[in-house]
This record gives sequence, structure tokens and C-alpha cells, in this order.
Amino acid sequence: MTSEKGFEPKIIGFLCNWCSYAGADKAGGMQVPYPPNVQVIRVMCSGRVDPQFILSALVKGADGVIILACHPGDCHYKEGNCRALQRHSMLNLMLEQLGVEKERCRLDYVSAGEGEKFNRVIAEMVQSVRMLGPLLLTPENRAQVICLDEQFTEC
Amino acid sequence: MTEKPKLAVYWAASCGGCEIAVANLHEKILDLDAALDFMFCPCLLDTKKKDIEALPDKAIAVTLFNGALRTEENVEMANLLRRKSQLLIAFGSCAKGGCIPALANLSTKEDLLSSVYIDNFSVDNPSGITPSGTTSFPEGDIHLPALLERVKHLVQEVDVDYYIPGCPPESHQIWNVIEVILSGDLPPKGSTIGCGNLTVCDDCDRTKEEKRITAFRRNYEFYPEPKVCLLEQGMLCMGIATRNGCGAPCTKANMPCTGCYGAPEGVSDQGAKMVAALGSIMDIGDTTGLSESEIAGRVDSFLATIPDYAGQFYKYTLASSTLGGRVGR
Ligand code: SF4
Ligand code: SF4
Ligand code: FES
Repeated sequence: MTSEKGFEPKIIGFLCNWCSYAGADKAGGMQVPYPPNVQVIRVMCSGRVDPQFILSALVKGADGVIILACHPGDCHYKEGNCRALQRHSMLNLMLEQLGVEKERCRLDYVSAGEGEKFNRVIAEMVQSVRMLGPLLLTPENRAQVICLDEQFTEC
Repeated sequence: MTEKPKLAVYWAASCGGCEIAVANLHEKILDLDAALDFMFCPCLLDTKKKDIEALPDKAIAVTLFNGALRTEENVEMANLLRRKSQLLIAFGSCAKGGCIPALANLSTKEDLLSSVYIDNFSVDNPSGITPSGTTSFPEGDIHLPALLERVKHLVQEVDVDYYIPGCPPESHQIWNVIEVILSGDLPPKGSTIGCGNLTVCDDCDRTKEEKRITAFRRNYEFYPEPKVCLLEQGMLCMGIATRNGCGAPCTKANMPCTGCYGAPEGVSDQGAKMVAALGSIMDIGDTTGLSESEIAGRVDSFLATIPDYAGQFYKYTLASSTLGGRVGR
């Protein structure tokens, strides 16, 4: 489906506390507006983003998910961002088989000083998901949410 | 003499392996017969659906329901057996998580019907007839149970008392469950029984060291070292993301665990668990000095050696996974 008129995507952003979360703050401080579509979840490291979180976000109504990590070499836990990248790339291969376009799940790097990059990456993400249109879930996909809430105790 | 409690074993969309696992009780089947009235099992016995319909509700003490729900008929039988049974147990990975039949959920129903009945070299079907409920012919109407939009697992249709994992469940575990049922000392409703609460790795006696792999390797490519963890040798062994209870027969036979006991306790999505685990042990080598896109390229070529992650990681659990199958178009 192509862009629906007036469609505003709902995007969940997992932001690393040490870099992109601060980067988002910086972007806010610069008073440059960026699209309000992203609901931010702060994590201590991009390596904390379990693939289960991404699947849960999608089945519970997100049209896209973005993970923003420290640049390679800068992760405070050494290789959390490297794990995040490897998981993300593998998950995206699986998501494509499930009909979820890869643009809906993006990983990028934003440091604490890169307020402008934060703005740009968010704007690009929102635009590309807007072009794709809403993530269409079937009634069967939606029915999974009930099972999920019952079963989901930990990752 | 009081009547023995009735036992039924029914198959929906399944392969028959679960029945073989019951038959594999060997001489214990005599004990089973002594304790229970094994009265319905289309694979082994001649009782018919009408005989079940004629029973009062809750007349069957235990039904081991295997198979996923693919057709309207499967759904009808699930409801009938739920009504007639005191305990309805999802028996085996198809009933518990969809298993192989649910891999169909990676495609749409239309695509499936078309590749089986229309767009297929060995099929001559000029009028494009596909099985879909009632089809009219000059001689009259034919009714075939229609396919559901998606393959479901049992609890998506009816209330389920317990789950027994496995493709098929190991016979010694079936016997354990029978003993528990006969003892009357049942675990809380909804429990997964006939298994452990840890992972297959906990039962696997291969030596485990630091897990870091520099490439994925598949069964046909090499003969794995028989004592070392298969995952550490690069095989996609799913023991780390799979519930224990089977005794790890596959890794004992030098084959990787493909995950048939489903996700371990507390994990809702076996595929996500595998991605999380593998993503943290892949070793793409020294990346100092590489650009971000070069690093991403290395990861992509590492991953490119496996053609079907969803099929591999959701082989037994797609129907019960977070998305349950393809998203809509
Ligand atoms: S990953 Fe496989 S081979 Fe390694 S310990 Fe676990 S079950 Fe055994
Ligand atoms: S080792 Fe894995 S695939 Fe083999 S029986 Fe056990 S759970 Fe199933
Ligand atoms: S601390 Fe920022 S990605 Fe690990």
C-alpha cells in the first residue's frame, strides 16, 4: 500500500542513554523541529534491545521501529552496539519473510553531539514509513497480542 | 467394576508422528490399556466421529489432541473434543505452536492455493478450481472443509488444559504425563508438561566454552566434532532457545537441535530468542578503521549463508510466535 492521505506513522524509538538519547536532547535544545511521530524509549545500551521488543512493538501497533546506537567503537559496554547491529540485520531478514519491509526497522548511529543528525535520521525514518503506509496487521496477527500478554514474562 | 477413564488421541493437521510416539510406548502400552480405556484414535482404532458425538459431554477423561488447525474440519473436531473431554491436552508441537503446518503462515492463503492447485507444472486445472467449501459440478455439489485464512494452534480456538511439547513428544515423556494424570496430582492449568523448565543445552553433554563463531556452517558442509558444542562449531543449533525434556537425542547423534520442544519457560518467541542469542556470538573480525557501511556489509555477508531464517527459527512455533505469520498486504 502506498502513502495514505494524512497518514502519520507511529514509530517506536529505542535510544541509547549514552549517545542518541543525549543527541535527542541536543536536538531539542537547538529548537529545530522534528516530526513528533517517534515515541522514545530510553535503554542503557542498544545491546539491551531484545528482538522480542521490536516484534512486540510491531504487533501492538507501531508502524516502524528505530534503534539509535553509539557509533562503532564508542559503545560504553564495548560491543553492545555491534550485537545490536548483528541482531537487527538478522531480524530484518526474518521480518522480510513475514512481510514487514526493512524500512520499518532501522538501526543508525547518533552520538551525544549529533543533534542535527538525530533530526535528519528521524525525519528520514518518518518519511520512509509514511511512504510505505500503515503496517497492516491481519486479524490473526492482532489476535496474537492476547497470547503475548499472557505469556510474556521475560526475554 | 467401575469403568476405566476414557482416553482419546486425535489428529488434526499433523503427520501421524505423534501417534507413532504413542505406539512407541512399546510394552507400556499394555499398562496404558490396563489403566485407561483407549477408545478413540483415527490412526489406530475404528471409532468414528459419530461415536464421539453420541457420548455425553465430558465423557472422555483425557484427549491428547495433536495437529494444528488448518481446515474447518480441524476446528469442528477441536470443539467437539473440547466438549466431550474433561482434560484437553495440546499434544505435540503442531497443537502447541503450529509446527510445520504453520510454516504456511509465511505465505497468504491465496498464494498457497495458487501454487498447489493452479500455478504448478504437474497440475492441469483450466477452470482454476481450488478447494473452498462448496464447489458445484454438473453432477452436484461437493463439499470439502475450507482452509482457514491462517493455521492456528489449538488454544486459539478452544480452551486448553495442558501442553505437551515435542515433534513428536518423546515416548518416555508421554508415559510420565500418563502417570501424572493417573496419580490425579495435576499441575496448574495451562502448564507445559512432559518436559523440563530449562533449555536443551542443559541436557546436552557436549563441552561448552566461549561461544564466538566466525561463520555459520550447515549440516552438509562438514562432519562436526562429536564432543564440542555444535553452536560453537558454527551450526545453528537451537538448543539455547529450546525447552528441555527430550534428553537431547539430536545433539547426541551429531545433529543440531532444530528446536522441536519450542521456546523455554518464560520466553514467548523462539525466533526472537535465537536472533538475540546468535547476534551476540557472531564474530565478524576486527572492524577498526572500517566505515559504518563496511561493517554493515560484513554482517550482511556473514548472514547471507543461511537462506531461510524464519523457516529455521520458527519451524515449530510460527503460529504461536509474536506475529503468528505474515502481516497483511
Ligand atoms: S547449543 Fe546445541 S550443541 Fe551446544 S550445548 Fe546447546 S544443545 Fe548442545
Ligand atoms: S534435541 Fe531439539 S530437535 Fe532434537 S528432540 Fe530435542 S528439542 Fe527436538
Ligand atoms: S552504550 Fe550506546 S550503544 Fe552501547
